[in-house]
Amino acid sequence: MLKRLNYLSKLYTVPNGHKLDAYEKEGGYVQARRVLGGMSRDTLLTEMKAANIRGRGGAGFPMGVKWSFMPYPPKPEKPHYLVINADEGEPGTFKDRTLMELNPHSVVEGCIIGCFGIGAHAAYIYVRDELHLSKDRLWGAIHEAKAKGYLGKNPFGSDYAVEVYVHTGAGAYICGEETSLLNSLEGKRGEPRLKPPFPAQVGAFGMPTTVNNLETIAAVPTALEMGGDAFSKLSTLHHLKDGGTRLFGVSGHVKTPGVFEAAVGLTLRELVDDLGGGVSHGKILGVIPGGSSCPILRPEEIVHAPDEKSPLHPWHGQSVFDVPMGVDTYRTLGTMLGTCCAIVLSDKADPVLAFQNLMRFYRHESCGQCTPCREGSAWLNRIVTRLADGEATMDELDRLHEIANNIMGNTICAFGEGTAMPAMGFLKKFRKEFEDHIRNKGRNATGILAPDYPDTKPRTGVHHTHDQHAHGGGH
Amino acid sequence: MTESSSTASSAAANFSLTPDREKIFDDILSRYPNKQAACIPVLHLCQEQNGWVSEDVILYVAGRLGLASAHVKGVVTFYTLFNKEPVGKHQVWVCRTLSCALRGSDAILDHCEKRLGVLAGGTTKDGKITLRTAECLAACGQAPMIQVDRDFHENLTISDVDKILDTLTR
Repeated sequence: MLKRLNYLSKLYTVPNGHKLDAYEKEGGYVQARRVLGGMSRDTLLTEMKAANIRGRGGAGFPMGVKWSFMPYPPKPEKPHYLVINADEGEPGTFKDRTLMELNPHSVVEGCIIGCFGIGAHAAYIYVRDELHLSKDRLWGAIHEAKAKGYLGKNPFGSDYAVEVYVHTGAGAYICGEETSLLNSLEGKRGEPRLKPPFPAQVGAFGMPTTVNNLETIAAVPTALEMGGDAFSKLSTLHHLKDGGTRLFGVSGHVKTPGVFEAAVGLTLRELVDDLGGGVSHGKILGVIPGGSSCPILRPEEIVHAPDEKSPLHPWHGQSVFDVPMGVDTYRTLGTMLGTCCAIVLSDKADPVLAFQNLMRFYRHESCGQCTPCREGSAWLNRIVTRLADGEATMDELDRLHEIANNIMGNTICAFGEGTAMPAMGFLKKFRKEFEDHIRNKGRNATGILAPDYPDTKPRTGVHHTHDQHAHGGGH
Repeated sequence: MTESSSTASSAAANFSLTPDREKIFDDILSRYPNKQAACIPVLHLCQEQNGWVSEDVILYVAGRLGLASAHVKGVVTFYTLFNKEPVGKHQVWVCRTLSCALRGSDAILDHCEKRLGVLAGGTTKDGKITLRTAECLAACGQAPMIQVDRDFHENLTISDVDKILDTLTR
């Protein structure tokens, strides 16, 4: 159900909403003051668990539960760290940037509360280097808060020291993976670590660490102000422990792309039609629901969930576009909720070219540490490029399946699945189109991605630029 | 790079931070529990001054942070934003991942190449502009977009791009 909300984004339209004055006028820092003014950690964790904030970075893990995994009380020789993941780079995702630019104090306040919740005294916000305005706004908020005595040795006059820092990467999608991010924070190549040990045991600098997505931590002050249960009940999926308000993005072939705040449980149809203004050219061919790693959904797909125990049963027989967007509903649907930022493809675009664009991205961003991912992503890209160029055979279509399958479960981190799952999604949902493409050597395809530029043929080959090889990771 | 050349003292002669940046260097170091963590921010600081990360910069950073030069080089080659060779005065990145591609990034890249007379990855003859492609810059709702040095330019048409390039080539 579409329920536009205005908690995280209430300052987005306020002039100078990124400044401390504006934030405090809306009740900002009241919750951090309350927490450090004598709230017990148990009370805080109880509220956070009740808020049912599912990680907004894509994995959807319950935030309160994650906080409770931290050893407590902290040992003096093992300081805890809070690390905020703002390495936003999943294709289609552009929500965290709006928070950093337009409501950075909610992030800083969330960090203060988060530090107390996990027993840390320092928080690092890992922002991708390209986002210069975001970094400037976060540093600005940190300096303002520090000048007011909200950060430092005695925030709000308490004796619970908290420092918040901004750390930047240097251009590597993989650093959005939490252990890779930790390596990058430590001044190393951003290659993912084997788990276990999990960051709650051995994280940043070898110490117990919680890694939260930036939107997740920014929601903390609101959740605490409303009370965990009331916050969770904003969502229509409260019964599935998927609560609160969140940012939804929509991009691609829609009339009004952008970021919108709404209650959890919005449907894809509402996101595309009501918030995105509907498809901008022709009809919808498919929607990648939550960032490019989530398998694509087609509008003609029908939910099949006759089992009453299935979280999808209430929508049995309906279009997948009418299922509320939640972590569990989408997982059961065979895709993922991801970051809740959808990419819409119209039927004027060529699905082969869209597939190729994404496979090129994954090939470029594979860190190269694990062979199945490094070689697999390169072969997927190579064969899909042949497909786009009208050179592939039917055998090669099957080989794509095989390669994607061989990546699944055989890599250190989830990047492998993040590459293989959308590949298998495209192969399954567009099998007919791809076979047709091979038979006709691409003659029936529209041959374009952007209907506004019908004369531009997207580049498919890897030869046209030597700019792709900037990465060190094994290719 | 040979081991014998990788001493901090030999590098210090070829590269050193300006006094202003020395202050920033100290501030960066104060944020972390160890020196190694400052590696990426300090490399950014040096690149800002030098334009790119040369062998001298690598040796300098290794010396200042007490790291093996091989470690620093490993870091530099991992991340796309460290320039391994000199670049133009301005850098123009054209985002070409799916959301931008669906709204015309290929046309924008074609146009930039034609207008500047270089292929993506290249630098104009006058050394003013390096044209590059970028993977998703988190501006999908404002596609197509380009980044020029530190700034994002969003919701672009070809004529918008021309206006931006005019200001850079003037």
